[in-house]
Amino acid sequence: MSVFDLASAYRGSVFAIALDRMRTLTIATIVPLTVLVIWAIASAQGWLPEQILPPPAYVWQNLLEMVRNGDLAQHASISAIRVLVGFTVGASLGLLLGIAMGLSEAVDDYVRPLFTAIAQVPTLGWIPLLMLFLGIGEALKIVIIAKAAFIPMVLNTAAGIRGIPPGYAEVARVFRFTRWQLLRRLVLPAAVPPIFTGIRYGLTKAWTALVAVELLASAEGLGYLLVWGRQMFWLDTMIVGMILIGLAGYVMDKVLATIETRLQSWRISGR
Amino acid sequence: MAAMAISASIRPAGRRLLRGLVLPTILLVLWELSSKTGLIDARFLPPLETIARTAWAETLDGALLAHLGASLARNLAGFFIGTAIGIAFGALLGLSRLANLLFGPTFHAAKQVAVLAWIPIISIWFGFAETAKIVFIAIAAFVPVAMNTQEGIEGAAAQLVEVARALRFNRRQLFVRVFLPSATPSILTGVHLALIYSWLATVAAEYFMTVGPGIGGLIIAGRERFQMDLVMLGVVILGVVGFSLNTGASLLEARLLRWRDG
Repeated sequence: MSVFDLASAYRGSVFAIALDRMRTLTIATIVPLTVLVIWAIASAQGWLPEQILPPPAYVWQNLLEMVRNGDLAQHASISAIRVLVGFTVGASLGLLLGIAMGLSEAVDDYVRPLFTAIAQVPTLGWIPLLMLFLGIGEALKIVIIAKAAFIPMVLNTAAGIRGIPPGYAEVARVFRFTRWQLLRRLVLPAAVPPIFTGIRYGLTKAWTALVAVELLASAEGLGYLLVWGRQMFWLDTMIVGMILIGLAGYVMDKVLATIETRLQSWRISGR
Repeated sequence: MAAMAISASIRPAGRRLLRGLVLPTILLVLWELSSKTGLIDARFLPPLETIARTAWAETLDGALLAHLGASLARNLAGFFIGTAIGIAFGALLGLSRLANLLFGPTFHAAKQVAVLAWIPIISIWFGFAETAKIVFIAIAAFVPVAMNTQEGIEGAAAQLVEVARALRFNRRQLFVRVFLPSATPSILTGVHLALIYSWLATVAAEYFMTVGPGIGGLIIAGRERFQMDLVMLGVVILGVVGFSLNTGASLLEARLLRWRDG
């Protein structure tokens, strides 16, 4: 086989893959496009009242308008800050408790039953309860989001440390590692992937908790956009809000999933 | 070094139980003391016996059971509808390449929207009554079932499918004898998740669409009237029901999958 043959075969395969991708993408857009067309026809023909189904053009214009006047950026940034602060607080505390529970049997014995009981009550249950204690201010949102991130963080960190193969611990003992070396050289590196899984779940939960708390008790943020749109019967605003909530959740999860894969591959190649 | 619990040692169960009781006991005693001595306003932290009395009174006049029954009924209705459609949809995506190409991307994009965010728009389309709640619960149950069914069917071993084709199984046989059994564990995982999600969705639906009886409505009413005992009672019931559903599903799952382990 000559070099040219190889090159053309290579080019052919790249071309074929690109063609395949394009075909997949085209087929994927059939359903959304069909829905869009039916939607446009339905609202143009007035099959449904505008309050129930606004024309797609309205939604698009509304999106542009909200981008232009900065409304969208304002709501989105308020939500982002809430998630960031709540998540950071909850995940840090969760990391600390998770490490303590993973390293010490005594701590695990003392804390786990209470922790399990608290974890049983879903975020949605805590919201009305904490509303009575904390009011409906910013503190409520931070606490709810922090709690949502805290639980998976504790569980994954503790399980990650517990899951370190006993053989490794034995080797460390043979080398007479000090406590600090043990933590630095064995526990933390081995527990990084599960801890990261905890971070990923925690962030997902934090995002869902944000939506819940903003729907129930807020005057700003992406979740509030939905409530507001509901009250004003502005479906276009609601649809914009929903798309943004979905998009933000998707991007966060994708980024973390990519980092997670990197961490896992590092772990395998490190052996 | 002894504190390092890296290798799991066997701990005496009795000591573990005792240790586990320490924190909850301290908390409960503190709670009781602070509400008895008036350290914290009893409106915020009602004494435990007040909550017990509320629970007893609500149970006696049947209100609590009515709320719980209403919640469970719509929970199950939504769960069954969502699960049935989810299995059908997931199977379609798993079996047909074309269907997956057509609907897969739209489905995976739509499921990114946190399920709670559907509530306002559903309440515009379906109102605040029973229909809207059940639609929402069904959506919450649908997503995990559809996802896991598709994954389960796609995960059927290629060798098995090959053998089945060599044996000239027809489509129905292929589905019933190969794809369905291979996908069962995954489908059950989806159904299990759906059971949990649908209960959360029930509570959420009742929070937002406060028409008719239900545990969620009870909690919201308690909050509005500043009846902490009622809110706490509702939250505890919420947790207990969720826990029972989860445990029941785990047991059932283990039983149904016994064949797999031999």
